[in-house]
Amino acid sequence: MSASEMGLPDKGGPRQPLVIARDLTCHFPVRAGAFGPKKVVRAVDGVSFSIAKGETLGVVGESGCGKSTTARLLIGLTPATGGKIIYDAQELGEELSLRDLRRGVQMVFQDSFASLNPRLTIEESIAFGPKVNGVDAAEARRIARDLLERIGLDPARFAGRYPHELSGGQRQRVNIGRALAMRPRLVILDEAVSALDKSVEAQVLNLLTDLRRDFDLTYMFISHDLNVVRYISDRLMVMYLGEVVEVGPAEALYERQAHPYTAALFSAMPSMDPYARTQVPPLAGDPPNPIDPPSGCRFHTRCPFAEDLCASKKPRAVTLGEGHQVACHMRDPASGHGKAAA
Amino acid sequence: MSALVDIRDLTVRFGGGGRSVHAVNGVSLSVEKGEVLALLGESGSGKSVTLKSILQLLPPKRTKIGGSIRFDGRDVLALKGRALSDFRGGEVSMIFQDPALALDPVYTVGAQIAETVMRHESITREAAMSRALEMLQKVRIPSPERRLKNYPHEMSGGMRQRAMIALALSCNPKLLLADEPTTALDATVQMQVLLLLRNLQREMGMSVIFVTHDIGVAVEIADRVAVMYAGTIVETGTIAEIMKDPRHPYTRGLLAANLHGAVKGARLDAIPGAPPTLEEPPSFCPFAPRCPQARPECRAALPPVVEPGPGRRVACVLEAAPA
Ligand SMILES: Nc1ncnc2c1ncn2[C@@H]1O[C@H](COP(=O)(O)OP(=O)(O)OP(=O)(O)O)[C@@H](O)[C@H]1O
Ligand SMILES: Nc1ncnc2c1ncn2[C@@H]1O[C@H](COP(=O)(O)OP(=O)(O)O)[C@@H](O)[C@H]1O
Ligand code: SF4
Ligand code: SF4
Ligand SMILES: [Mg+2]
Ligand SMILES: [Mg+2]
Repeated sequence: MSASEMGLPDKGGPRQPLVIARDLTCHFPVRAGAFGPKKVVRAVDGVSFSIAKGETLGVVGESGCGKSTTARLLIGLTPATGGKIIYDAQELGEELSLRDLRRGVQMVFQDSFASLNPRLTIEESIAFGPKVNGVDAAEARRIARDLLERIGLDPARFAGRYPHELSGGQRQRVNIGRALAMRPRLVILDEAVSALDKSVEAQVLNLLTDLRRDFDLTYMFISHDLNVVRYISDRLMVMYLGEVVEVGPAEALYERQAHPYTAALFSAMPSMDPYARTQVPPLAGDPPNPIDPPSGCRFHTRCPFAEDLCASKKPRAVTLGEGHQVACHMRDPASGHGKAAA
Repeated sequence: MSALVDIRDLTVRFGGGGRSVHAVNGVSLSVEKGEVLALLGESGSGKSVTLKSILQLLPPKRTKIGGSIRFDGRDVLALKGRALSDFRGGEVSMIFQDPALALDPVYTVGAQIAETVMRHESITREAAMSRALEMLQKVRIPSPERRLKNYPHEMSGGMRQRAMIALALSCNPKLLLADEPTTALDATVQMQVLLLLRNLQREMGMSVIFVTHDIGVAVEIADRVAVMYAGTIVETGTIAEIMKDPRHPYTRGLLAANLHGAVKGARLDAIPGAPPTLEEPPSFCPFAPRCPQARPECRAALPPVVEPGPGRRVACVLEAAPA
């Protein structure tokens, strides 16, 4: 196989979303203690979204809400317990094999050390994927050197170095290079810049912006830092306890949040103005446990607008504007919530 | 006003095993009574080591400390034995990013707080237990009576952080050392804990040194900020001064890199390169290899520390001779 055949060709045309996820679920069986009762963690519970070609979808939400699990489902690292993944008009498990999916989707994680083999030089690490996929050694090496150049690590100086001989920012560049060596169309960045120092993070964000343009990439960008997400994303998806509560154009969501949880996340951002510090905490309490999540709207235990209805009935997703959906009874005129705009 | 803490020319060097790290290279700072000072800097800049020096928490065999640290007029680097253990947890206490460093997994939260109070004050177990309850109420843990009997692992992350704060404040310390206590928390919980610390600090009138790498957190909590780079303090000022008029090129870069108000799609003004590894102590401006305004004299000697205003300090040649 030659390098140019490695990536997957376009099938559905420019208007076909690169990824459609429909009603994805991922339930993990767990036991409370060795003899405890069997329970289920609803890590991802009925999640639907799509990512257009060339777009960056930002994913936010508190720890444990299912961001990484969603990502792992998309790349086939964790099998879904329900739902469909449609990659460029081909359904996973039907027209599309898991093996082909993995050629099209790559992932970069937060821990820059964990995903690099300490015994391989960084050139070997980047060349590894193509080699395993049948590219001959000389060609794989050329790919690796080109990529090193592209990610700002001069191959003459860096090709022979081992992971421990690099800084965190440089290692994260290598991980990005390693992902790109597979010619993916979708790259999932799971807190990929979160462990970096602020000054180094900005360099890597610039690199990601350049690579997206030069390699026609589509990104799913998971981060807890709303400033970073705003900077990089076209659209934003907000998750809470395994569900999507709001999704919409990033700028629109920054201007006005339709879901009370999204609003709370935004108001938890530090003010950056010493004369106008935050006075009221955005929410009380921690996120509840995804084993036995609250009934109805899962946010009702922390929501300042919750009514009886919210504890008994799950809100449906309503469309507010172009590509903007929210799951909250207050935004659904037919729900019967006291604050629902008719 | 007299300073509660006065650190002069602190140096900390870790040795042993051939490689040495010059973690702190001449840090001078002071904290007034009732003041909150943020130590702001990137990882490895020496923030935690500076804090730990105050409590002598660094491994004594491999650590060489120079300079002086005075607390309420006393030389704390000379404290030993009983005097040192009275000092730790009594007059000065510390909270961490990971509550496991402060909370013992095998005792209930109530027992740990009571134990600490009894170690520092001569009171009965009963009185100590009721102090523990009072502390859990103070940090606003819901159903505090029940939570007294909880082990740390039975609490959520935010609640453990509150329990650690309750433990740290149980003996009414004059100084609280806070090492990124909110960094690992979710955004909504981080803000709850920051507001709690702000209120407790005011209520109890204590001084705080709050270590953070997040300038937004410093804005929420600090009166004054000391910016650290490569084991040195490059700039000091009130939080308002630093936000409005950052003078040191590194502080400016940090502010830009926060991305607050960055325009989508526009190139970020990233500081190139990475911080130095500090195998050698800096002999010239440690920021020079990354500084967009570096001049030849920056590489010739350590930059002068200039005071452009009262309480304001900037370590940069540009400040001495504005271009
Ligand atoms: N293999 C597993 N077995 C059992 N539970 C799991 C497993 N993997 C994830 N979970 C649980 O599923 C939920 C979602 O986890 P996930 O890692 O997707 O969260 P996340 O949103 O990425 O959080 P973070 O921001 O902390 O990375 C959590 O409650 C987690 O503990
Ligand atoms: N016990 C130790 N032994 C050796 N080196 C240490 C020790 N503690 C910290 N260091 C080193 O000192 C430098 C400053 O560390 P630290 O103060 O923890 O940084 P931060 O600003 O991130 O808190 C780093 O290079 C770190 O690796
Ligand atoms: S559905 Fe009810 S509880 Fe849920 S977010 Fe809306 S108002 Fe709050
Ligand atoms: S002393 Fe020179 S190199 Fe250092 S910060 Fe100032 S201008 Fe930059
Ligand atoms: Mg995750
Ligand atoms: Mg530290």
